[in-house]
Amino acid sequence: MKFVGQSISKIDGMALVTGKPVYTDDIALKNALVVKLLRSPYAFAKIKSIDTSKAEQLDGVECILTYKDVPQARFTLAGQSYPEPSPYDRLILEDIVRYVGDEVAIIAAVDEKTALKAMKLIKVEYEVFEPVLDFEKAIGHTSVVHPEENLSTNFEIGLQKEKNIVASHRFEVGDVDGELAQCDVIVEETYYTQAQAHAMMETYRTFTYLDHMGRLVAISSTQVPFHIRRQLARALQIPASKIRVIKPRIGGGFGAKQTGGGDVFAALVTLKTGKPAKIIYDRQETFSCTTSRHAMRIKVKMGADKEGLIKALELQVLSDTGAYGEHASTVLGCVGEYTLPLYKAKARRITGHAVYTNKMPGGAFRGYGATQGTFAVESAVNKLAEKLGLDPAAVRLRNIVKAGDTLINYPNHPLGSSTLDQCILKGQELIGWKDKYPVRQVAPNKVRALGMAVTMQGSGIANIDTSTAEIRLNDDGNFTLLIGATDMGTGCDTILTQMAAEVLETSMEQIIVNAADTDISPYDPGSYASSTTYVAGMAVVKAAEDLKQQILAQGARYLEVSAQDAELDGNVVKTLKGDKEISLYQIAELSVLGTGRQQLVGHSTYGNEISPPPFVAGFAEVEVDLETGKAELVDYVAVVDCGTVINPSLARVQTEGGIAQGIGMALYEDVRYDQKGRMQTNSFMQYKIPCRKDIGTVRVFFESSFEPTGPFGAKSIGEVVANTPAPAIAHAVYNAVGVRVQSLPITPEKVFMGMQELARL
Amino acid sequence: MLINLSINGKDVRIDVAKDEFLADTLRAQGFLSVKKACDTSCCGLCTIWIDGKPTLSCSVLSIRADGKKLTTIEGLQQEAAEFAEVLTAEGAEQCGFCSPGFTMTVLAMKSELKNPSDDEIVHYLTGNLCRCTGYMGQLRAVKKYLEVLA
Amino acid sequence: MFTLVDLVQPETLEDAYQSLISKRSNTVLGGCAFLKLGSKRIMTGIDLSKLNLNYIREQHGFIEIGAMTTFRDVETSSLLKESFNGILPQAVSQIIGVQFRNVVTVGASVFSKYGFSDLITALLVLDTEVELYHDGRMSLQEFLNQPPKKDILTKVFIKNDQRIASCQSLRNSASDFPILNAAVSQADGRWTIAVGARPLKAELALQASELLSQANVLNDETIEDAAKAASEELTFGTNVRGSAEYRQAMSKVLVQRGITEVLAC
Ligand SMILES: Cc1cc2nc3c(=O)[nH]c(=O)nc-3n(C[C@H](O)[C@H](O)[C@H](O)COP(=O)(O)OP(=O)(O)OC[C@H]3O[C@@H](n4cnc5c(N)ncnc54)[C@H](O)[C@@H]3O)c2cc1C
Ligand code: FES
Ligand code: FES
Repeated sequence: MKFVGQSISKIDGMALVTGKPVYTDDIALKNALVVKLLRSPYAFAKIKSIDTSKAEQLDGVECILTYKDVPQARFTLAGQSYPEPSPYDRLILEDIVRYVGDEVAIIAAVDEKTALKAMKLIKVEYEVFEPVLDFEKAIGHTSVVHPEENLSTNFEIGLQKEKNIVASHRFEVGDVDGELAQCDVIVEETYYTQAQAHAMMETYRTFTYLDHMGRLVAISSTQVPFHIRRQLARALQIPASKIRVIKPRIGGGFGAKQTGGGDVFAALVTLKTGKPAKIIYDRQETFSCTTSRHAMRIKVKMGADKEGLIKALELQVLSDTGAYGEHASTVLGCVGEYTLPLYKAKARRITGHAVYTNKMPGGAFRGYGATQGTFAVESAVNKLAEKLGLDPAAVRLRNIVKAGDTLINYPNHPLGSSTLDQCILKGQELIGWKDKYPVRQVAPNKVRALGMAVTMQGSGIANIDTSTAEIRLNDDGNFTLLIGATDMGTGCDTILTQMAAEVLETSMEQIIVNAADTDISPYDPGSYASSTTYVAGMAVVKAAEDLKQQILAQGARYLEVSAQDAELDGNVVKTLKGDKEISLYQIAELSVLGTGRQQLVGHSTYGNEISPPPFVAGFAEVEVDLETGKAELVDYVAVVDCGTVINPSLARVQTEGGIAQGIGMALYEDVRYDQKGRMQTNSFMQYKIPCRKDIGTVRVFFESSFEPTGPFGAKSIGEVVANTPAPAIAHAVYNAVGVRVQSLPITPEKVFMGMQELARL
Repeated sequence: MLINLSINGKDVRIDVAKDEFLADTLRAQGFLSVKKACDTSCCGLCTIWIDGKPTLSCSVLSIRADGKKLTTIEGLQQEAAEFAEVLTAEGAEQCGFCSPGFTMTVLAMKSELKNPSDDEIVHYLTGNLCRCTGYMGQLRAVKKYLEVLA
Repeated sequence: MFTLVDLVQPETLEDAYQSLISKRSNTVLGGCAFLKLGSKRIMTGIDLSKLNLNYIREQHGFIEIGAMTTFRDVETSSLLKESFNGILPQAVSQIIGVQFRNVVTVGASVFSKYGFSDLITALLVLDTEVELYHDGRMSLQEFLNQPPKKDILTKVFIKNDQRIASCQSLRNSASDFPILNAAVSQADGRWTIAVGARPLKAELALQASELLSQANVLNDETIEDAAKAASEELTFGTNVRGSAEYRQAMSKVLVQRGITEVLAC
């Protein structure tokens, strides 16, 4: 193939690297009002009084808005398809504040200095309540985070607000207890995964203005323009037809920008003042007033027979959703959705709750529950293997689903593709499993050890999310590809163009890609849930095929042959005999010239009943300092089955980036609060994402499969790559020094103290 | 306060607030390649050159730059494009938000270090955080770039 | 972010000092990276950049480092690389990144007596003095033990006595603050041990230093004894980066490594 499978540079890469002004704040009008937010210093309180009069008098202050000035319809910031599974539990501003950083007032002024000055002049009196800070004590706590009557859900998610339960989940196949009773060995452990910050380099930002029709335009650094439009319509109580959301280049998302940020605040200011406004969250706000990965406690029970055949697997999950329920029920569900199908145990069960606490909300984050679940389940598998005296890779090879097997989530669809077994074998070979597993002494104080984990994810949200693509043949013979998928650096504008170019047998340069603008783009939920390559990709392929047929038919008509006797060959349609041809340019021109013509437009809306899983086998080699407990990652091998690799270099870097985030979660990153619920890790100084020196070597390999339902056989890659590092590194650390760290991150101190403990025994 | 700057070889005289930092001054002057991703001098996205040395523009008071030679990537378009060619071929610019600052550091390293080892490269570039790429691709690109030059 | 109402760029130290003491909120500006973290409202910021305080030179048997010298200058100075087996360049080279180290200054770092400082710990095991504009020249140790007081640190003097030295730090992420740091030096059989980021400011482990200096032979055992003694005579605290207990244990490890490294030179 000419384009698919080629490492084509990203079409916007040159502009990005050479520093062209293409991000939200680069485009925003210079005279836009600057919007700042006064935030709550308390974890849980009621505003008794708020006096903005002094602040309003300040020169340059345009408006100050409080809970008295906002529409009273509750909404969710979660960017999900309607009907959203997240509760409508927030107002733009409310007289109750539910975490430190919750919004109290909106300030709009001519510049940042004035806005900040005005903020200091606002006087607020609070009645402070006892906050719920420990998520393990949330259920049945005397404080109820959301007592309000008008909180609602679109459908049953197991909400019990008086108990601080946002969502409940239960799924079971087979008889778990019965199977467990017959197992030779059982592993029963509790794992804790921490809240993790997305820490994309571009913080949340939105620029809003009214256009010539008086419609609200929001240029937003978002992954979900269509959802933001619906969200704004509901929150502001204006028709969606009055709103346009445009996504420019985005400086990273990782799921963060699948949840609304400052959009509502800037939009409200623009509506109230009629003036352009922009809101830019600073790093502290981004860390402490948006969302993070949901922190979880996961209890795993896994049983097997002596030969290592896993019979039963049970997960009990408690998820900390913080002050608002964005993505609460779905992330909870995904803990099981992407772990339970992986092993063919006869009986599998997940039960769990997501609970409200007075902390920053959890949200969507690359991996979306699968990351948490994978840490727990894979750690348990490693322990099981040890208990049985079996090689952990062998245990997996014995139990994983294979192509043709039935996945428990899709009983009617056999698994279309998987090379996970080959991924495991190849990974073992590449990491040097035979020679290095489990552990070697490399210096008097240093040991090196290996660990592993496998994982799966989905590709899009089955039966819910669809994607639409349109491709036009333009008047001068080139194409415009219209999509609503949102390139946030992932390169989807490029790979979707590659797919279109492949089908249309044209060049990359002939295709203009436009995304995403709710006024122009066809509907797409946005880029999340690993949907873009698979779902949007399929829509693009089908739209391109549709257009190709039309071009052929049109060309054949001009050539006065039937379509079967003509073929598209680069820039010409010619007869199969080769005696006549017409250029694409001419076809294009003739399609729009004169009467009775029709411009050719290919079109497709695509959604699927299944979400085929990509797989990764991850292998870690760590070096542990026996005197300090510090574990350094020396080598990481990830072998990926993402179906057909559409663009190898982009897929490789996507994988390396996901692995790096996983390494961060394994070793360094930890959102921490003080006793009053104030976040302590609200800067890059206190919250350490991995720097260049922390990564060691990461090596990525592909074991391509061919997914029959995917575009050119592709599945997804965006999320699955984040899941293996934490369990694989934890496993390696255990193999190195015998300490199982079951509560992330794995800090030197935890390892050292664990070693001390072992020495005492 | 009025200060004199040479920005990318062009002399300008501008009025800045006393507590204004260079990153903001430069953005206000239209040098929009200068990105900021933190308030704690940790990320390196705002890297420019002051008198040829890679420096955090977010942490230098504009007044301090009075009389100095500043270089942003707008002033190094050709060198930047050469490096971008290699970086994009590797796919190691994802969101790209970190790329201008990163490129400024790479170009500074190129003139400061002769034949750097992998460790020296990593050490020199550590101050540039990137959340998307996991750094490996950037390293591959830098090595290729240095090879091509050599 | 701090606010500056006014800013002066004095051309003599006397002017700078007068300006500093004339109002409580008047503040000396170093590289500003640390000041920037706070939200202090500063009446007058005193910029030292016109006072020629950026130098590293050798004079009268001392290495002098001016207050406005950046960490990057320290890191790349050939004089410092060759002195005390490069302990100072090594101590600062781990901090954040090149472009950061081109900003932050030696004077600010020493004057502020930061507990986490890698530079102070290293300087402590050298024969270091500081010069304060008002209070004059004194040993670094004496300065560290003084209560905070407004003054301007103009330079650091290090006796060029051919010590062999080593610094050690333990960090989780490589760009994080140290969980603990330590430095060790030896000249003519006199050993000096310092431990910092306890998380309190660096301190000399005098008894351990003495123990080591008095030891007839230096073997694994005596080294371990000294390292243990250091971890016992100093106090350690708990913060987000580590508990007192862990720090104490690590103190022994880092000091031991420091001694071993010095012996290997
Ligand atoms: C994100 C971050 C991470 C860091 N990590 C580390 C680390 O790992 N290890 C480490 O050792 N250090 C670390 N530091 C500290 C850094 O190395 C500097 O020591 C610190 O930034 C102070 O230097 P500055 O020039 O920025 O000082 P400034 O911010 O300018 O000043 C700091 C204080 O010193 C005063 N001051 C400045 N100069 C003088 C003078 N000549 N006389 C008297 N007073 C003066 C100022 O008034 C101010 O109160 C870190 C700093 C930051 C911001
Ligand atoms: S903006 Fe982060 S270091 Fe300058
Ligand atoms: S490419 Fe996105 S932060 Fe580096």
